[in-house]
Amino acid sequence: MRSLLLQIAATIKINLKSLPQRFWLSLSTVVAVGLVVVVLLSFLAMANGFRQAVKGSGSEDIAIVLRGGSRSELNSTISRDQIRLIEEAPGVARNAEGKPLVSAELYLVVDGLKRATGTKANLPLRGIGPMGAALRKSITLAQGRMFEPGSNEIVVGKGLLAEYRGFELGSTVKFGTTRWTVVGVFEAGGSVFESEIWADLPVVQSLFNRTNFFQTVRARLTGPQAIAALKRYNDEDPRLKLDVKTENEYFADQSSNTTDLIQKLGWPLAIAMAFGALAGALNTMYSSVAARTVEIATLRAIGFGAFPAFVGTLVESLVLSALGGVLGAGATFVFFHGLTASTLGESFTQVVFSFTLTPALALQGIVLALVVGLVGGLFPAIRAARLPIVAGLQG
Amino acid sequence: MTSDDVLVRLTAVDKRFTKSKETITIFEKLDLAIASGDFIAVMGPSGSGKTTLLNLLGGIDRPSAGEIRFAGERIDGLPESRLAHWRAGHIGFIFQFYNLMPMLTAAQNVELPLLLTSLGGKDRRRRVEAALAVVNLADRARHYPREMSGGQQQRVAIARAVVADPGLLLCDEPTGDLDRSNADEILEVLRLLNREMGKTIVMVTHDPAAAKYAKRTLHLDKGRFSERDLAA
Repeated sequence: MRSLLLQIAATIKINLKSLPQRFWLSLSTVVAVGLVVVVLLSFLAMANGFRQAVKGSGSEDIAIVLRGGSRSELNSTISRDQIRLIEEAPGVARNAEGKPLVSAELYLVVDGLKRATGTKANLPLRGIGPMGAALRKSITLAQGRMFEPGSNEIVVGKGLLAEYRGFELGSTVKFGTTRWTVVGVFEAGGSVFESEIWADLPVVQSLFNRTNFFQTVRARLTGPQAIAALKRYNDEDPRLKLDVKTENEYFADQSSNTTDLIQKLGWPLAIAMAFGALAGALNTMYSSVAARTVEIATLRAIGFGAFPAFVGTLVESLVLSALGGVLGAGATFVFFHGLTASTLGESFTQVVFSFTLTPALALQGIVLALVVGLVGGLFPAIRAARLPIVAGLQG
Repeated sequence: MTSDDVLVRLTAVDKRFTKSKETITIFEKLDLAIASGDFIAVMGPSGSGKTTLLNLLGGIDRPSAGEIRFAGERIDGLPESRLAHWRAGHIGFIFQFYNLMPMLTAAQNVELPLLLTSLGGKDRRRRVEAALAVVNLADRARHYPREMSGGQQQRVAIARAVVADPGLLLCDEPTGDLDRSNADEILEVLRLLNREMGKTIVMVTHDPAAAKYAKRTLHLDKGRFSERDLAA
C-alpha cells in the first residue's frame, strides 16, 4: 500500500511538473473551465442578489394584507371598511396612545428612465401614511428629509436613484400631469424598498384619482406568533376574506418565480458550455497522455503499476479544472459581485438588486469545474493505464 | 553451463505479430540460456528481433508460445500486476535515449525504482547517492537532465537501472546516441557492473566496438542465433 501511494505521488509529481511543457494547451483548458464557472456563478449571484433584496425586505412581525387571490400589491384592492376591521383585529400591536400600528397603502406604477440605456421602465410609487416608514425595518434618510404631508413631495430609495435618471435631491419629476419634488433619499438595508418612490398617501390618492382606494395594509403584530390569530380572525369574518401573510412569506413568494427563472436559465446555459469545456479538457488530457507516452511506458517498464498512471492523469485534469474553477469564481467576484442591476418584479415594477456571490455559490461553481475535470480526465486516464509498454517505449 | 548457473532460460519461444491481417513471425522455437554473471551483446540487422528479445526477457512483452523462466520461475504467464512487481525486483532497463523524466533531478530519476520497494526515505537517499557514485555523478544529483550531456544522462539512466539491485540489466543500444568517447565511458561502467558487482547484462547493439566489451556476442538473424565467443 505504501509503495502504491509513493508511486501515485511520484506519478502526480511528474504529471504536474510536466505541465509547463504543455502550457498553452493547459491554459486553454483552465480558461474554458473558468468561463463556464463565470457564466454559472454570474447567474447564481444574480438570482441570489435578487432573492436577498426581496427576502431581506420582510419581517416576521409585520403582516401584509391583500385582496384574496392577489399575487401582488398591484392587483389588490382593499376597502376603507376592511381597513377598520383590520385595525381592530387581534394580534395587531398598538402604540403608547392605543392607536393600532397599521399602514394602508396605495401602490402605483410610474415611468422612469434607466441611466445606463435611457429606456423607459416601470417604477413603483407608494403612497404611505404616517406609520408607513415606521413599519419597515432599517429605514434611514441618507439625504434630505421626509416628505411633508399634503405636499407634492417624494422621497426615493438609494437603489432607484443609482439606476434611474432625474431623481437627484431637489430635482423635479413629472408623473402624468403632476410635478413632484424630490426632498429625500432613503436607505433600506439593500432591500426591495430601495427601489421605490414614496409620497403622502392622500396626495397620491387625490392626484391619481384613487380616492378611498387602497391596495395593501401593513400591520405590526404583537409578535411573530400573532399572525395565526390575525389569519383566524380574517377567515372567520365574511366581510374580510383577504390574504394575510407575514412580510417574510409574502416576499419569499415574490422572489421565488424570478429566482427560479434566473436559475433555470443559468444552469442549462452553464451545462451547455460545460460540454464545450469538456471537449477542451478531453483534448488537453489526450494530448497530455500522448506527450507523456514514453514517460508512462518507462515508468511501467521500471515496475510502476497501471493504477498510478491512471491516477496521475486524472489528478492532472482535476488540478487544471480546479484552477479554472477558482479562476472563474475569482473573476465572478471581481467583475460581478456587488454589481447593481434591476429587473421586473412580481408587481411589474423594477426591483434594484446587487449580484451577490457567496462562498456556497462559489463552491457550486468549483464543483461543476471538478465534474468537467473528472469526466474530461477519465477517458485519457484509462488510456494512460492501458498503454502497451512496448508501443509506448517506441514513442 | 549447469542448470544452477542459468539465470534466464527461453524454451521454444515463438513470437508473432499480426499486422493488417498478415502474421509476421519474429521467433520460432527460439531457445536461449543466459548464465548468471554473463555479459551478452546481441547484434543483428534491423528487424531481426533484437529489441523484441529484450522486451521478452524484461517481461514487458509476452511470447506467442513457449516459456521463459527467470531463476527457475516461469514468468511468461504472470498477470500484469505481478509481472510489474517482478520487473521492479529483478530487471534494470537502459534505453538508447535514456528515457529520463525531464522534470525530475538526477537523484529523483534514480530514486524512482526505489519507490516500489519498502525502503524509507533515508535509506532511499543513501541508495541513490551510492548509485550515482558508481557512475561517477555524485556531484550532479540535483541537476536536471537538460543540464547534462548525453553521456551523463545515460550514466544517470544506468544508476536508475542498478539502484534497486536487480539481477539482470537489459540495455537497448545504450551507446547508440553517444560519440565514441562517451560510448566507451558507458561501456566501461557496464563492464564494471558486470565484473565487480556481478550484474548479468544483455546489451543490444549495432556497434562491433561496443560488443567487444561483452563476454560473448549473439548474432540474431531472421529469428535465429549464431554464436561466436568474443571474450577470448
